[in-house]
Amino acid sequence: MARLVRIVTAVGALTALSGLAACSAIGGNGSSGDASGATADAGTVVLVTHDSFALPDELIAAFEADTGLTLETRAPGDGGALVNQLILTKDAPLGDVVYGIDNSFATRAIDEGILEPYTPDAAVQKYAVDDKGYLTAIDVGDVCINVDHEWFAAAGIPEPTTLQDLTDPTYRDLLVVTNPATSSPGLAFVLATIGAFGEDGWVDYWAALRDNGVQVAAGWSDAYYVDFSGPSSEGERPLVLSYASSPPFEVPEGADVAPTGALLDTCFRQVEYAGVLAGAANPEGARAVVDWLLSPEVQAAIPDNMYMYPVTDVALPDSWLKFAPLAPEPFTVDPSLISQNRDGWIQTWTDTVIG
Amino acid sequence: MQSAAVGGKRGARSAALRARRRTLRRGWGRGRGRWVGRGVVWGLAAGVPLVFLGVFFAYPVVSLVARGFVTDGGLDLSAFAEVFGRDRTWRVIGLTLAQATVGTAIAVVLGVPGAYLLYRTSFRGRGLVRAFVVVPFVLPTVVVGVAFRSVLAPHGPLGFLGWDGTFAAIVAALVFFNYAVVVRTVGGFWAHLDPRAEQAARALGAPPLRAFLAVTLPALTPAIASAAAIVFLFCATAFGVVLVLGGLRYGTVETEIWVQTTQMLDLRSAAVLSVVQLVVVAGVLAAAGRARTRRERALALGAPERVTAPRLALGGPDRRVGDRSAAAVTGVVVVGLLGMPLGTVLVRSLRTGSGWGFGNYANLATTGGPNTLNVTVWAAALTSLRTAVDATVIAVVIGGLVALVVSRRPRARNARRAVSLLDAVFMLPLGVSAVTVGFGFLISMHRPLGLDLDLRGSTVLIPIAQAVVATPLVVRTVLPVLRAIDSRLHEAAAVLGAGPARVLAHVDWPVAARSLGLAVGLAFAVSLGEFGATSFLARPDRPTLPVVIFRLIGRPGADNLGMAFAACVLLGAMTAAVMALAERLRSGAAGEF
Repeated sequence: MARLVRIVTAVGALTALSGLAACSAIGGNGSSGDASGATADAGTVVLVTHDSFALPDELIAAFEADTGLTLETRAPGDGGALVNQLILTKDAPLGDVVYGIDNSFATRAIDEGILEPYTPDAAVQKYAVDDKGYLTAIDVGDVCINVDHEWFAAAGIPEPTTLQDLTDPTYRDLLVVTNPATSSPGLAFVLATIGAFGEDGWVDYWAALRDNGVQVAAGWSDAYYVDFSGPSSEGERPLVLSYASSPPFEVPEGADVAPTGALLDTCFRQVEYAGVLAGAANPEGARAVVDWLLSPEVQAAIPDNMYMYPVTDVALPDSWLKFAPLAPEPFTVDPSLISQNRDGWIQTWTDTVIG
Repeated sequence: MQSAAVGGKRGARSAALRARRRTLRRGWGRGRGRWVGRGVVWGLAAGVPLVFLGVFFAYPVVSLVARGFVTDGGLDLSAFAEVFGRDRTWRVIGLTLAQATVGTAIAVVLGVPGAYLLYRTSFRGRGLVRAFVVVPFVLPTVVVGVAFRSVLAPHGPLGFLGWDGTFAAIVAALVFFNYAVVVRTVGGFWAHLDPRAEQAARALGAPPLRAFLAVTLPALTPAIASAAAIVFLFCATAFGVVLVLGGLRYGTVETEIWVQTTQMLDLRSAAVLSVVQLVVVAGVLAAAGRARTRRERALALGAPERVTAPRLALGGPDRRVGDRSAAAVTGVVVVGLLGMPLGTVLVRSLRTGSGWGFGNYANLATTGGPNTLNVTVWAAALTSLRTAVDATVIAVVIGGLVALVVSRRPRARNARRAVSLLDAVFMLPLGVSAVTVGFGFLISMHRPLGLDLDLRGSTVLIPIAQAVVATPLVVRTVLPVLRAIDSRLHEAAAVLGAGPARVLAHVDWPVAARSLGLAVGLAFAVSLGEFGATSFLARPDRPTLPVVIFRLIGRPGADNLGMAFAACVLLGAMTAAVMALAERLRSGAAGEF
């Protein structure tokens, strides 16, 4: 009897183990991306990007069919973290091509020598960082103050239009922004104020904003979903730092009027770049990926999938044309200036606003 | 004739002497062989976890921290002077300690009544409450941040408290996350405590509170000290919660390390702060260890008899004051602290763009707004589940080995010291920043130890990173139970002729197995909700559920927000289900918990 129990237990344990192995993630997909040799196969290209990267599977499959390469993506971080990780792993690059370096970190990436120059034929010169062609602009976006039209209509106050208006007592306690040390749109907004008021005037502007009751949230999510008074949340502040591309998503099905909008005189233009990594295992593949990112199909898919505006002349989706125009004259700051001073500017901002 | 007799006797005696010498030599040889064999086995039991920890924790962390102290090939400790010269550093260290201490104190004070109610009494729906209590542990901090702020913001239900953006909000969130740790660790231990000592005290006339304070509480000290140590470490290294609810005004050492490493790439400051963190952790572990060993004695846990939990007696003639107060406190915590934010998550998951409904749950089978994600949420949930299975297996095996080794009480003083050092070493992963580990992986997992491998993109690293964090919890859950086995039982078994393996199998294993169910559940929960180190290792084509939730909540649009909350409810439900299952998974002894 005891023997039988032992046999049954052993069989049960074996079944459980094999079930566990089937459930195991390691056991399951042993194929792509496992411990590979130090040199990648000629057939794989590794794209290092941020975790907002998303493109339809059909486009990726078409790319793989055209070039015969397999595209693998790694997303070790975003924004500044991405560039810093690439710098840390300079001697042993994480992949072949990078996409997602934005203009506030562009010069740092170039100066640290993590990129190889490459200029595709379809490159747009307007957003070039320098003339050596280390980085290629792929998409742009505007970081702007978003306004809740319905709130202002109900309160009977005229909406602000410029940055200076935001320091007006009429708009006291109505603005929420994000922390530039932890949030990329937050940094972009600080750069907008530096572009608008110059390196000598921006600190006074922020002191005025602070005195006017600006609220600082840690990240975009809680600013937009907790503090903003828009349709998706129940906050109390009708002015929030967000993107020029946010208003279409608040529009109800089939409506013609957007409940929120972007203040186009408060915008900072963010540009996202792609580049070939120095020391890549598959540089031709990397160049093919950069070309592919500039192709009309991918550029047309960028708004819906990555919430940014294409840099080439492709048609935008209808709702974007109606509700999400790009700013005609956004503020800009020279990328090399940003690289040099960013840390100091963030420190000054923290001292002024948070104290 | 005489000489022949003498010669014969001498011959017989020397023969007997020779025979005895042979036996002695053989016996000695056998004993020595046994000692060598035992040494090898224990060496292996200690060695495997050490190697695991060394390769996947110590090596990456040291690689990254060393970069901060080595400039141009030479050791450069000037960063210490720099960092400690800043005011902000001292403020941050002070805030970290304050948050952690207050958070731990409140979590323990609230958790002990909860442990009593959920593990020492039985009532209908107890399993459900137990599972519910663990859900906060698993939720991604960004969602908890949004949920907490929704509740505490001026327009929220608890807005009148005015806690938004204050120290109190952070402490509340820390207790929210760590309540489960205290309840389960203390409760799991308490469930096996022999009630007869307390009953004897009551029978001798002690009032209930006195009996509790004088008899039960000292006996519970090992478990409470374990739980307090873990909670302190979790609070001291909390990152997401502090960032979302307190911003950088209430920064901790962990958020500073994150900002220095990921944003500023100031590895020197980050390295100094990592060392500070390690020192704090070591200090805490030393203090907890001392609190533990002073009280540790063999409790009657080895007895295999069942300890049945009496039915909860709130009203009627049998009502117990202890039950009522525990129920009151736990009720407030579960409904107020845990229930409100979780309720917010649930309620907002039912709100769709067109009113109330289950639309968000239906959308879980899609890829979100216009292609927000590249996999459906169900696919991400499956990836999470499978990774968690791997991580749990690794954590339970490694943690079990460590608990086994550390629970031994060798006679030699050096061996005892080595054992307690091993204990402390295995708690270190809880005290080191996830950023340090994640970035450390990036620089060390390429050609690790000279092997021609690039593990950085491998799917193997994610469960390993999760297991590194989960192992200390497994150890802390299983260890107090193992330690409390009366060593006389081992000796008795040995005297009766059982070999060491047999003793382990028949004395230690049944007791350890009871707590293994809890350990499995906790390890699973940790790995399901782990987001820190794994966010650096994520593969965008195979995201886990917390990564997907993070992506969804980072997008405008009511649909995406609703889906994020629905995915959170899914995550919570998965965890609760696994926990409930793990608790039933013990040697068929149903009804004991």
